[in-house]
Amino acid sequence: MNRYLTRENAIRWAPLMVLIGLVILFTAINPAFFSQRNFARITVAAAPALMVAIGVTFIIVMGSIDLSMEGTVGLTAVLFCFLFLATGGTLAVGGWVAMPLILLLGAAIGFVNGLVHVKLRIPSFMASLAIGFVGTGAAVLVTGGDIVKIDDDTFRALLTWRIAGFPLMVYVVGGFVLLAWFIQSHTTLGRNFYAVGGGEELAHASGLNVRRVRIMGFVLAGMFYAVAGILQVAKLGQAESVSGANFMFISITSVVVGGVALWGGIGGVWNTVVGVLIVNVINNGMVVIGLPDFLQDGVLGLLVIVAVVLSTDRRSISFVK
Amino acid sequence: MYALKAVDKKFPGVHALKAVDFEIRRGEIVGLVGENGAGKSTLMKVIYGAYQPDGGAITIDGKAVRFQNPRQAMEKGIGMVFQEQSLIPNLTVMENIYLGYEAQFVRLGVINWKAMAAAAKMQLAKVKLDIDPATVTSALSFAQRQLVELAKVLTLEERVDGDLVILLDEPTSVLAEDEVKMLFAIVRELTKRASFIFVSHRMDEVMKLSDRIYVMKDGAVVDVVPQGGATVEEIQHKMVGRNVDREYYREQRQKPFDASKVLLELDGISLPGRISDISLKLHAGEVLCLVGTEGSGREAILRTIYGMRTPVSGALKIKGQAVGAFNPQGAVAAGVGYVPRERKIEGIVAGMNVFENMTLSQMGRYSRAGVLNVAAEKALARDWIGKLSIKAHSELADCGNLSGGNQQKVVLSKWRSGGSDIMLLDHPTRGLDIGAKEDVYEMIRDMSDDGVGVILVADTLEEAIGLSHSIIVLKDGAIQQRFDCQPGAKPSLFDLLHYMI
Repeated sequence: MNRYLTRENAIRWAPLMVLIGLVILFTAINPAFFSQRNFARITVAAAPALMVAIGVTFIIVMGSIDLSMEGTVGLTAVLFCFLFLATGGTLAVGGWVAMPLILLLGAAIGFVNGLVHVKLRIPSFMASLAIGFVGTGAAVLVTGGDIVKIDDDTFRALLTWRIAGFPLMVYVVGGFVLLAWFIQSHTTLGRNFYAVGGGEELAHASGLNVRRVRIMGFVLAGMFYAVAGILQVAKLGQAESVSGANFMFISITSVVVGGVALWGGIGGVWNTVVGVLIVNVINNGMVVIGLPDFLQDGVLGLLVIVAVVLSTDRRSISFVK
Repeated sequence: MYALKAVDKKFPGVHALKAVDFEIRRGEIVGLVGENGAGKSTLMKVIYGAYQPDGGAITIDGKAVRFQNPRQAMEKGIGMVFQEQSLIPNLTVMENIYLGYEAQFVRLGVINWKAMAAAAKMQLAKVKLDIDPATVTSALSFAQRQLVELAKVLTLEERVDGDLVILLDEPTSVLAEDEVKMLFAIVRELTKRASFIFVSHRMDEVMKLSDRIYVMKDGAVVDVVPQGGATVEEIQHKMVGRNVDREYYREQRQKPFDASKVLLELDGISLPGRISDISLKLHAGEVLCLVGTEGSGREAILRTIYGMRTPVSGALKIKGQAVGAFNPQGAVAAGVGYVPRERKIEGIVAGMNVFENMTLSQMGRYSRAGVLNVAAEKALARDWIGKLSIKAHSELADCGNLSGGNQQKVVLSKWRSGGSDIMLLDHPTRGLDIGAKEDVYEMIRDMSDDGVGVILVADTLEEAIGLSHSIIVLKDGAIQQRFDCQPGAKPSLFDLLHYMI
């Protein structure tokens, strides 16, 4: 057998193959799909979801799960708007202060999430789901159900200012992806995520502080959710308590489609990038080929199942829970 | 009626069964004894269909059979009563008994619980257990669970026409003396309907119950002893009787340790139910072996030193410093390294590569402000791959794909490269082939030369005797005896066995 055609390589590149396959499929049905304008549309749609998905990737690599993204994105988006307006309403004056503050807020939410999970020994699934609801509730409380708008041209430049056809936002997201990749492969924290996900007992037996690693994972995820919250505001120019809606399905689906194993230790940032693109290409492609509205959700679900079948390695596990 | 002829089984690097002949007649109780790693459990797994032999034949009443899985073996009347309790604790007794065979009670998709309860009651009567079949299993005592397991296997009687062969794997290990007596009485009575294969470490019980005893060593049956045909000592001799080769354990490299330098001191350490009043000292360059049967407290001692368990009384000093808080981080920082028995679970992270595994316990050394110096990590891994001649294509090889011996070398270099000078080795040669074992022995001698103190739980008694400077024999969590093992004046196997059992 050719030495590049090994099973490992097949697994590694399967998600990318699926992505390329989808692009070819949609282009064949409607050549308009394959255009720079459409790709810009796809990347803008994918940008906030990618940040959420990257956040949750770290958690899933640890073998845990985080379902707090909708609440965290909603709350950070809303509070970002309030803070931004309170500090001058424009990036040029003092509005920029809101950005680091909101990142800290995201980290704080993640910290609480991690504490609840680790200290109270509540499974991450339940702890994060509950924290997510608290976040959404808090967002409703501060907005009173209203929509908060921002129309500052400098801030909206994230969406409107284009370099080589792609909005600034896409490059910002690219930067954060590189940061995430750096954390994953060049920091002790990133290595620890893999150690905990690959063998928690062993990580413990090697003298790692597993509880601290878990909490740090949630902190990191929270920060990425906050980035998503800010980008969501930049994209829509407004925020409300439901700004985070749908991110749970999209992000976790993307992570799995990209080939990150839900039981931990396998996959990483690049898998998630490909996974998010797959899901968004499907979403966008359905519109471009003119699939009726009412069919799109169902078809998305089915295509996701097909994508998971094609792009993940399920041979080594005997039981899937 | 049930026979194995020249059955062979090989695993990568290990020849687990070598042309084993085994026969069991109707109504017979056959004992099966051997050291850990002698091939008992592999043989059992072949018999009940969990493994398929690589060579040889299995016959029932002269007809050749081949089992793809335990269920097919069960359909031929071969059942296994597992050592580790295999009942599902949150199900009721009757659900456990008929797990996978509910169909007989189902009509139109609905289970007739009354019929199942009645049938289960009948099975329980066979083992003289008078409990409500609707009891949740976790509410039963260990002895009761053992009987339920037996009752579960006895359902074969109704399902299978031919004879039954029932395997009992260490059925007495969790039972008290009168419970053992009761179990034996039941087994003897059941020989009217079934033959039994009885595996146990407790030699006296095997001698008492079995009609014939198969003695295994290194994957082969070395003798078949009829009841009363040999004493306990004679059988033990057959089990271990190989000429201990002094070369093999690198005895010529054993040098006196530095008695003036105490690395580790345990004083009256107790963990209720595991170990009591353990006091010992480990010196620089010393190999100290803990010897005892399974559950004698060897592992608990290692885990206490490593900080995974907190003793309720007693004091632990590492290099003169009393340990206050017991946790692995503290132990690692103090220079303790731990090579656990379950290499796959606690030894290496499969999926992480060689250098990532090596620096796992010492990432602080290879990072600044949390950013890793990957180049330095790789250099370290390359260095140790060369030093220990680890067979991996490079430092980027996935540790999960390495052979057992090479995985063990990665684990050892993880600790050695981090400067650990107190090494706790739990069965470091388990599952390794001879060549890899010798490499490990060589590494242990190297460590002694470097002034490392080693606490070893060996895979066999010979290994313990061959490698150690001193041996501590444990039984039921307490120290029985201490031996000095200077080359040329080492204790014999029987000296140790005497205190173990």
